[in-house]
Amino acid sequence: MKPAPFRYADPGTLDEALEVLSAEGEGAKVLAGGQSLLPLLSMRLAAPATLVDINRVPGLDTVEATGDGVRVGALVRHAHLLHDAAAARIQPLLARATANVAHPAIRNRGTTVGSIAHADPSGEMTSVLALTDGSVSVATPGGVETIAWRDFFVGPLETSIHGPAVVTSAYFPALPARSGTAFSEVARRKGDYAVCGAGVVVTLDEDRRVAAVRAAYISVGLTPEVHDLTDAVAGQPAEKADWAAAGSLARTLVDPDTDIHASADYRRLLVGVLTERTLASAAAEAVGGME
Amino acid sequence: MSTDTERTVSITVNGVPREATVPVRRLLSDALRHDLGLTGTHVGCEHGVCGACTVLVDGDPVRSCLMLAVQVDGREVTTVEGLARDDDRGGQVLHPVQEAFRECHALQCGFCTPGFLTTIAAGLEKRDNSIELTEEEVDEMVGGNLCRCTGYANIKKAVRHANAAMRDAQ
Repeated sequence: MKPAPFRYADPGTLDEALEVLSAEGEGAKVLAGGQSLLPLLSMRLAAPATLVDINRVPGLDTVEATGDGVRVGALVRHAHLLHDAAAARIQPLLARATANVAHPAIRNRGTTVGSIAHADPSGEMTSVLALTDGSVSVATPGGVETIAWRDFFVGPLETSIHGPAVVTSAYFPALPARSGTAFSEVARRKGDYAVCGAGVVVTLDEDRRVAAVRAAYISVGLTPEVHDLTDAVAGQPAEKADWAAAGSLARTLVDPDTDIHASADYRRLLVGVLTERTLASAAAEAVGGME
Repeated sequence: MSTDTERTVSITVNGVPREATVPVRRLLSDALRHDLGLTGTHVGCEHGVCGACTVLVDGDPVRSCLMLAVQVDGREVTTVEGLARDDDRGGQVLHPVQEAFRECHALQCGFCTPGFLTTIAAGLEKRDNSIELTEEEVDEMVGGNLCRCTGYANIKKAVRHANAAMRDAQ
């Protein structure tokens, strides 16, 4: 239960990081918070030849909240994002989801962008990036490019980036007007990986009728997916919309897997239950925001 | 820039500057125990789940099995050995959290205890203890540490006990 030997570098600039990643080639891996990577190394599920620790790279530890959205730097710890009031005002899903990421000691060290780059289907922030229609910025020796979430997640623990690259930030667009959000998980113990989780956004029209409903799930499917549930409740008054119908629709759209923690059927059941609950809460919030 | 397989790190551990030359793959937990001889930090699962190895890095609780020793070069680490304070008679006084654990019988086998003590000490020291502790706060404070003996009731009692002691001392 110790990591296999590796070489280590802790560059002081992004250029240096890319340089050493290029020089070390295929076997090099970026280390940020390490809260997913180090367990993989200790369990010998991964044995990179080189770890490139980006913790000394300046300028990556800031949360920038503007009216359009929230940009989260690669070294922003979950605990920082959880307590960033400006970010929570622009995109409330950030604090709501981060509160469900593991335990405080893990959140003190783990980074939000790192968990997105890790692309674990049971990670919260991958689904939040999808649900908010976000993107990541990726620095390569050729320059910086922006990759939309749909083009980023390829499979479990797999992203579309190859070769020397550092994900420098994630961008979460602001919550639309007349909208509310909610996030909820079912886990065996608080802070454990979710058996199933749901994040939702409900948008109302000016007459407080349901205009749009979007949902994304945790530990369901191989990559994050966003499901449009609007059809089940479109045009219904927010206070008494048939959220159970939206839950039923969601159950037909997801394709969960069976694993040691839960059967696919149980996960599908939870998708329905969590959808109904979170939508009611998100709609109430949207109504509250219009008063 | 070059890569290393071994490095010399300088860490302030419990207020004392220490130095060790370690392979870069050395976990902080192992560096504390094997290289620095501080065996109060216990190693349970070694993948971040059990919380037994929790130490404070610059005051914040972190899993020492999920950090490399080279990552704390130049930083301050507090282990369970650093919680007690020297008294004026050449002895030591327990931290209020340690005192509360003894008082409330919050440990049985003791394996998980160092991780609980560091986590709770940091949690209570960071808050204004004149404000009432909520049940959720207590759960959040101890929820990341596994204890297979006590059933948590006495640990939670000890958190509230320590909170009261620290409030009275404020």
